[in-house]
Amino acid sequence: MEKDAAGVPPGGSGTPLLAVDNLHVEFRLRDRTVRAVNGVTYSLAEGETLAILGESGSGKSVSAQAIMGILDSPPGFITEGTIRYRGEDMLGMEEEQRRKLRGRRISMVFQDALSSLNPVFRVGDQIGEMFRVHLGMSKKDSLVKAAELMDRVRIPSAKDRIRDYPHQFSGGMRQRVMIAMALALEPDIVIADEPTTALDVTVQAQIMRLLKDLQNEMSMGLILITHDLGVVADVADRIEVMYAGRVVEEADVEDIYAHPAHPYTEGLLLSIPRIDQKGQALRTIPGTPPNLANIPSGCTFHPRCHRARAICAVEEPALETVSMSRQSRCHFWPEVLDATQ
Amino acid sequence: MGRYVVRRLIQLIPVFFGTTFLIFAGVFAIPGDPIRALFGERPPPPALVEELRNRYNLNDPLFLQYAKYIWNVLRGDLGTDFRNRPVLDIVSSAYPVTIKLAVTAFVIEIAIGLTAGVLAGLRRGGFFDNFVLLSTTLIISIPVFVLAFVAQLTLGLELGLFPISYNADDGWPLAYLLPAVVLASLSLATLARLTRTSLVENLRADYVRTAIAKGLPRRTVVAKHTLRNSLIPVVTLLGIDIGSLMGGAIVTEGIFNVPGIGQAVFNAIIRQEGTVVVGISTLLVIVFIFANLVVDVLYGVLDPRIRYD
Amino acid sequence: MTEPFNPPPSDPQTEHDPPRAGGVGGAVTVGMAPDATLLTDASTAPGQTAEQQTSLTKEAWRDLRRNPLFIVAAAVVTLMILVAAFPRLFAGEEPGGATCPLGQSRLPPRAGHIFGNDLQGCDVYAKVIYGARPSIVIGIVVTIVTLFIGIVLGSISGFYGGWVDTILSRFTDVAFGFPFIVGAIVILTAFPQRSVWTVVIVLSALGWAGLVRIMRSSVFSAKSMDYVQAARALGATNSRIIIRHILPNAVTPVIVLATIGVGAIIGSEATLTFLGVGLQAPANSWGLSISQAQRYFIDSPHMLLFPALFLSTTVLAFIVLGDAVRDAFDPKLR
Repeated sequence: MEKDAAGVPPGGSGTPLLAVDNLHVEFRLRDRTVRAVNGVTYSLAEGETLAILGESGSGKSVSAQAIMGILDSPPGFITEGTIRYRGEDMLGMEEEQRRKLRGRRISMVFQDALSSLNPVFRVGDQIGEMFRVHLGMSKKDSLVKAAELMDRVRIPSAKDRIRDYPHQFSGGMRQRVMIAMALALEPDIVIADEPTTALDVTVQAQIMRLLKDLQNEMSMGLILITHDLGVVADVADRIEVMYAGRVVEEADVEDIYAHPAHPYTEGLLLSIPRIDQKGQALRTIPGTPPNLANIPSGCTFHPRCHRARAICAVEEPALETVSMSRQSRCHFWPEVLDATQ
Repeated sequence: MGRYVVRRLIQLIPVFFGTTFLIFAGVFAIPGDPIRALFGERPPPPALVEELRNRYNLNDPLFLQYAKYIWNVLRGDLGTDFRNRPVLDIVSSAYPVTIKLAVTAFVIEIAIGLTAGVLAGLRRGGFFDNFVLLSTTLIISIPVFVLAFVAQLTLGLELGLFPISYNADDGWPLAYLLPAVVLASLSLATLARLTRTSLVENLRADYVRTAIAKGLPRRTVVAKHTLRNSLIPVVTLLGIDIGSLMGGAIVTEGIFNVPGIGQAVFNAIIRQEGTVVVGISTLLVIVFIFANLVVDVLYGVLDPRIRYD
Repeated sequence: MTEPFNPPPSDPQTEHDPPRAGGVGGAVTVGMAPDATLLTDASTAPGQTAEQQTSLTKEAWRDLRRNPLFIVAAAVVTLMILVAAFPRLFAGEEPGGATCPLGQSRLPPRAGHIFGNDLQGCDVYAKVIYGARPSIVIGIVVTIVTLFIGIVLGSISGFYGGWVDTILSRFTDVAFGFPFIVGAIVILTAFPQRSVWTVVIVLSALGWAGLVRIMRSSVFSAKSMDYVQAARALGATNSRIIIRHILPNAVTPVIVLATIGVGAIIGSEATLTFLGVGLQAPANSWGLSISQAQRYFIDSPHMLLFPALFLSTTVLAFIVLGDAVRDAFDPKLR
């Protein structure tokens, strides 16, 4: 396959930008094995925004780390599945090849900018590093680019601030720095792992807006990993709902909010506080997410599901097609759909 | 940055006075009449005793003695011993020896300790790592004088690698090697452990994950991002260490017969030469405080978070 | 020169003690301290709820029981304490006077006298066994005293902050700046007659500064934790907050250090005695035996090596013990 300077194979219009197929990731600890990702499949098209929604421990971050190739290994291991970037198998690639893609074609924005940025280097240096390492730019030029980028992510007085250290920025500004760093080389895919979780609500909105605008400007594919339904509604095109290491529902954004097809999604939506519910008790999903070293038999959600029947404890549902571009992993998804028709 | 330095300096001043006063009090306020001790068995003529006591301000109240003493020190006069030999003289003949010993030990310490620590940290859990952990624990536990004897026996006698005792004729560095190795061993062990731990902790840090996600080659991730962060505590330890080394090692100098500051102070204590003890100790306190200040400044330079507090 | 742990001066202006070891937090020891890495995790333990604390303890204990180093070290420590407490069980009569035939002076190890004889003809094995008590007693008592001072002063300093903290910190800085060996020698030579208790008092007076610092920084971290705010909001008095909430969390690193400290203090006492300023004849101490054996080291190494071996093994055991406990309690290593 012919590739361009960055080692990128050309993609035909049929090839998705990113295709994760039946991915399994497990963590082998001292006394137990945790199966963090259990057969996850999703894909991302160019310019699309895919939201991966789930609670802590659902495996959403781990699958992203597997894509980036930054899994802590040991103890994490990819035991099955493929990850294809523009049709090329990333897991089969040489590490050096893969490294060249990181940051340049696929980059990641992390949740906590304070700990994710190196505290002893200036911000301009850290952003400029992208240009120096991947493009061989000189230090001077890279700093100029860094200032441009900081401007683009709407950090005021960017030129002065390239000499500052991470701890001198406020939370929101720091996150913008992270974004600037991730977008520096205009990658094809940006994976944002809970980019706004650590921020104030108003700042959250600004950051999401920024991400969306930049995505449109650079026509990138964006994978947004979050547990916050509110954040997703504005920004995403499609949603993958994950639970206990599996995808339980997959749909376009409009469909899922109006008509969820899985009890878990249903529960999540119902638990969002709404102004017209004033005076009523908040609704929750009972119970807690399962211990991934000890996954329940049958449907992983059944212990917490208000629609569970006998079969749910015995037989694990397969991902069934609800309609074109919709899937649900539930024996009784028609019921769930009907509830909101 | 400047403000930070000034602040530290101001904090260290009371420490200087407090410590030197304590030493002064410890030497001159304790029971035992040094003047009489000077004359040994023979009872001294009272007039002479009185004159000596006046000369050395021994009749003044303690605080006044101290004040006069410090005033002299600040003008460069560290007093004389009871034989009228200026303390400054004693110091200037003994200190160069200690400095050579300290520098030799420091070089050995860095060469072995730092390298071992880095290698152990990079290959955490591996054979070398465990070896380093075990051997450093061993070295730290065994008291210095025991180590000294073991070193003398093995490296000096059996293997014949180094001369057993200090002999000025051997010159530098040969004469200093064995005592330097012993002196360095304790610091080296601590250094290796600290470097290793620091490196391991930093390799697990979030910003290392970011650096990898940025597509930086592993070489750069380790060398640029991890090493510098890890070395911050290490550098400061080294700074404090050289301050301690400059303080002379009484035990090591004693066993190997190195005529440095440590020996000088020890002999002075035994002979109850109060002025010499206080003089040398004051000097050591100054060196120590200075080393502390340099370390704090260095730390501020290396870790910007401290600077901008 | 095994000095007890001496972290650098604390800056009252900022909440942390520069310099710090580890990625983001901890304190560093001065060159001659037994183990710098011990202090890197001074701030890990605080901040856990009571529930988390007990499960951590249980898990830590479980790990310890399976750690061969811990078991061996604990066994050695127990053995040495027994030897110190009941020397008669191990070596019969206390050596001295009639039991030391001068004619057997400096004889090498052989049947009946497995460690040989020392300068006065005494059985080296018996001397070594009886020499355990003063060293270990000093080690343990000094540790308890400095631990007590360290916890009390450190808690007050860290919890109340303000001018109380400033004064105590300056005071601690001075105590810390006071050169250990030189200071110990100066003070000890002032007393022509030195007993075990003399040495205990002097070593305690010189060694409390390090623990105060660690405790202080521990308490500082714990103080800002949410559960303290919660306790305050519920109307708890200051002393209740300190005793019930902060101490349990902040005290772990200090205790670990103290365990290791016992080893360091035993080493310090031996060093001072060796220099001639610690315990004196007719007291029996490993340091003394080594000091006396010094001159004949080349010809009769056994006189020096066996006490040195016992000394080193004891110190080593305490340090390994403390190390193992620290590792077991370190949540980051899970």
